[in-house]
Amino acid sequence: MADATSLTAAAAVAAIDAGELDATELFEAYRVRSAADELNALTWVAPEAPPTPAGPLAGVPLAVKDLFCTEGIPSQAGSKILEGYLPPYTATAVANLQRAGVSLLSKANQDEFAMGSSNEHCAFGPVLNPWDKTRVPGGSSGGSAAAVAAGLAPWALGTDTGGSIRQPAALCGVVGLKPTYGTVSRYGMIAFASSLDQAGPITRDVTDAALLYRHMASKDHRDATSIARPDAIELPSAERLDGITIGVPEKLIAEGVEPGVMQAFRQALTKAQELGANVVDVELLHAEHGLSAYYVLAPAEASSNLSRYDGVRFGRRADGDDLAAMYTRTRHDGFGPEVKRRILIGTYALSSGYYDAYYGRAQRVRTKIADDFRTAFSAVDLIATPTAPTVAFELGSKTADPLAMYLNDLFTIPVSLAGLPGISIPAGLSDALPVGLQLAGPAFSENNLLDAAYALERAIGFSGAPWESAK
Amino acid sequence: MIDRDQVLHVARLARLELEDDEVERIAGELSKVLEHVDAISALDLDGVEPTSHVVDIDTALRPDEVTPSLPRDLVLAQAPAVQDDGFLVPSSKA
Amino acid sequence: MSNWEPVIGLEIHVQLRTNTKMFCGCGLSFGEPPNTRTCPVCLGLPGTLPVVNAEAIHYGLLIGLALGCELAPRSIFHRKNYFYPDLPKGYQISQYDEPLCSGGSLGAVQIHRVHLEEDAAKLVHGGASGRIHGSTGSVVDFNRGGTPLAEIVTEPDLHDATEAAEWLRLLRATLRRLGVSDVNMEEGSLRCDANISLRPAGSTGLGTKTELKNMNSFRFIERGIRAEIKRQTAILDAGDEVEQETLHYDPRTEAITSLRSKEEAHDYRYFPEPDLTPITITQAMLDRASAALPELPLDRAVRFEQQVGISAESARNLAFRTELGDYFEAALNGRTRTDAQALANWIGNDLVARIGNDADPAECKVSAGALAELVSLVQSKAVTREGALQVLDRLVADGGEPHAIIEAEGLGAVGGSDELGPIVEAALAANPDVAEKLKSGDMKPIGVIVGYVMRETKGRADGGEVTKIVRSQLGL
Ligand SMILES: [Mg+2]
Ligand SMILES: [Zn+2]
Repeated sequence: MADATSLTAAAAVAAIDAGELDATELFEAYRVRSAADELNALTWVAPEAPPTPAGPLAGVPLAVKDLFCTEGIPSQAGSKILEGYLPPYTATAVANLQRAGVSLLSKANQDEFAMGSSNEHCAFGPVLNPWDKTRVPGGSSGGSAAAVAAGLAPWALGTDTGGSIRQPAALCGVVGLKPTYGTVSRYGMIAFASSLDQAGPITRDVTDAALLYRHMASKDHRDATSIARPDAIELPSAERLDGITIGVPEKLIAEGVEPGVMQAFRQALTKAQELGANVVDVELLHAEHGLSAYYVLAPAEASSNLSRYDGVRFGRRADGDDLAAMYTRTRHDGFGPEVKRRILIGTYALSSGYYDAYYGRAQRVRTKIADDFRTAFSAVDLIATPTAPTVAFELGSKTADPLAMYLNDLFTIPVSLAGLPGISIPAGLSDALPVGLQLAGPAFSENNLLDAAYALERAIGFSGAPWESAK
Repeated sequence: MIDRDQVLHVARLARLELEDDEVERIAGELSKVLEHVDAISALDLDGVEPTSHVVDIDTALRPDEVTPSLPRDLVLAQAPAVQDDGFLVPSSKA
Repeated sequence: MSNWEPVIGLEIHVQLRTNTKMFCGCGLSFGEPPNTRTCPVCLGLPGTLPVVNAEAIHYGLLIGLALGCELAPRSIFHRKNYFYPDLPKGYQISQYDEPLCSGGSLGAVQIHRVHLEEDAAKLVHGGASGRIHGSTGSVVDFNRGGTPLAEIVTEPDLHDATEAAEWLRLLRATLRRLGVSDVNMEEGSLRCDANISLRPAGSTGLGTKTELKNMNSFRFIERGIRAEIKRQTAILDAGDEVEQETLHYDPRTEAITSLRSKEEAHDYRYFPEPDLTPITITQAMLDRASAALPELPLDRAVRFEQQVGISAESARNLAFRTELGDYFEAALNGRTRTDAQALANWIGNDLVARIGNDADPAECKVSAGALAELVSLVQSKAVTREGALQVLDRLVADGGEPHAIIEAEGLGAVGGSDELGPIVEAALAANPDVAEKLKSGDMKPIGVIVGYVMRETKGRADGGEVTKIVRSQLGL
């Protein structure tokens, strides 16, 4: 057969099950490709193929974002402060997948502690976009998205706090699903913002996203915020969108969206209509304030979550004559500028005298945003936006202006704040760079979301991703 | 908006050492972000409950049953400095 | 000099005696080697999450019920953020504005709140222990880190050091009765901080308070509070102002020193713990706690006084020491009927003096039935108090039945003119000068005669009876 790395994960599982493909050979093929990674997408690659595990995923290899703890394997969250850190345990989501039969192939580069939208905020160097190596892959799961897009792995795990799965998936022309908050355990995911962090798949197509999500989701007794899904995840099969109403928050997307992105987005909506969907305007009154609320809540939680990096029990320590000097130098040397920025914003927002004005208000805005979605979903089945307002931008073009960088997550953040599932699929190209279409649904509606994404994926017929060149 | 002293105060709370020439830049960056964030101060949020968790779930409690602790060599394996089977840290300044 | 009234509130941290820690499955540590009761969660390793121990909530509810608190149907954990090596996550998971229990009272002291949190780890300072040679470092042992704590905060209802220590004893008895903690101050399972301020006597406002930290025995609490009251009195008398600060009392030097430097502003940046959803108290949890609630020391003392009919002091002595109270009731309700007050005195004074203040009488060789029998033999004058004390010594040493010991040792009371008459006669004959004085109506030296008879009978005679016989022999 042709190069096995050209198969989607689901196709690889089927080929292995049919005895047409050897799992160890598949792993080895990806290992070789990964070892030759020119994108800086990976921070660790397995030295050899592990024994093929039993289970429905048949030994298909997996790239895992660096911030998932993997026992005895470097888990550094893209940070110097965790350089060389070897956790004594494995994250539940990864363990679930290993039990289902995936083999851990590689750890993927990321923005430090998942704070970033370009994968330039990494201690281990920026990740390049496989479509154009002068451009960013998006972030923070940029290594995962770039690896999948470039065919360094058949699929990957990412995490999404304000768009960190969907935005890099969009910028790399692959599929990224951020599930309903709580359906994938956070245990073993190095935390950025606990009330928002959620793991999900980054894959070549929607079917693979469904397959990977099916096996990573679980109610975990180690995560008090984890929830059992009300239903099992089915592989998508819808061909039409008859009877489906798709809402478009026209006011929210009216400004700041690149023309090429908007054009691809409109074309995708036209395809949806052709498949029978009803496309209507929908109001999300407070969504435009999502970014503000997010840039209070996420840094606030992060400022506390990152207090454990103190040079005492693990990770990097800088010398200091006394305790205070050791703390402040360790954290000065160990954290990059974006992480420091967010720690400072978050500390400020929680500090005495400012809590009500910042944290308290942001939590109330969050309530309003969630309410808006509830109201909207009484009238529509899905909400569609461009995933990001732009295509992949040039390396270094936004690093000097934090706010400009943050604006990249304008459409993904409200969905995160409401804890809802959102998926990004390739909608087309703009100037030869991929554009993402985001679909969001009510909590636990992943099956409907995946079905709609699947039907649209087939109708759009996106192609040209770098991984296909392996064919 | 946010001045040098506030940056230094917050940095102290967060145990972050900042270079002298960083402080002004950070003050500027934080001010810009906070200015944007301040848009929410104009919203009427009276009577709106704050959201800490998006999903409304029952408290997950853990049965009071002992699970194995880690072996000590593993506990100390990643420590930057170890002494007397514990984690060695510099003392606080008197 | 003005007259100042001290106003004292207490903050008590109680280690709960669950099987496992507050947020992880590690067993609690009782002096195990360092860092052998830890896991990724209680070490605060990256990616770990807390999960609340159901039994800690149950113990919290028991405490709340015992103190008459209002139990929050929904309470919330917060993060209290500060850096210290004994705090692995850089924050303590505690409760802030929605604690498990609010209000309530114990005795005359109102309870402000009771909340749950996690204990810090143990930091061994190089300087203090001398264990770390030539270094200025400290060593952290995370065994204790994450032990469940209940923090009990009183209203400022106490007004002197003795009263504070007394009330704390009542609280300790109550917690011990609940079985939720070892409540051992020396071992740190009960820790007490005191908030102390002074105000002009008769006024109702509150002065500036100081917080006196971690006094690890009842004695030190009393002395520490007294010393701080003295210190504040001197400041106010001199017309100066008390500074709000956290203080440490050194019991050896009686010195009070400031714990934290003033530059180090602490701003705990409390916010709701995003890793935990609110604790909802179900009816089943309430029912379980109610059913597990025993009779509390204060209620037992009232019952002992009002229904059993012993003095208030005896009632408190027995009721506030659960083991004594249980022993008392076992003795009182056994086969032998006896006077409750006499029994209370024998247990509270004579038995405790022999077995030690902290011993559980149920574990000594004197069965409750034996003690009841002994007391009833004293009351029926079959044995004198002196004889009975010898019997008690034998019981403590070897156990056994009081009547058998009395018989075997010949400790029964000697009584009646037949037995005592000749001994009294001999006593008077041996002390003619005393006999003369007695005859002349000067009864002062009667003790010489009684003493003689006691010696001869090895204490088995009744002093009153001896006096009666003396009088009749001398025709008085
Ligand atoms: Mg406390
Ligand atoms: Zn533990």
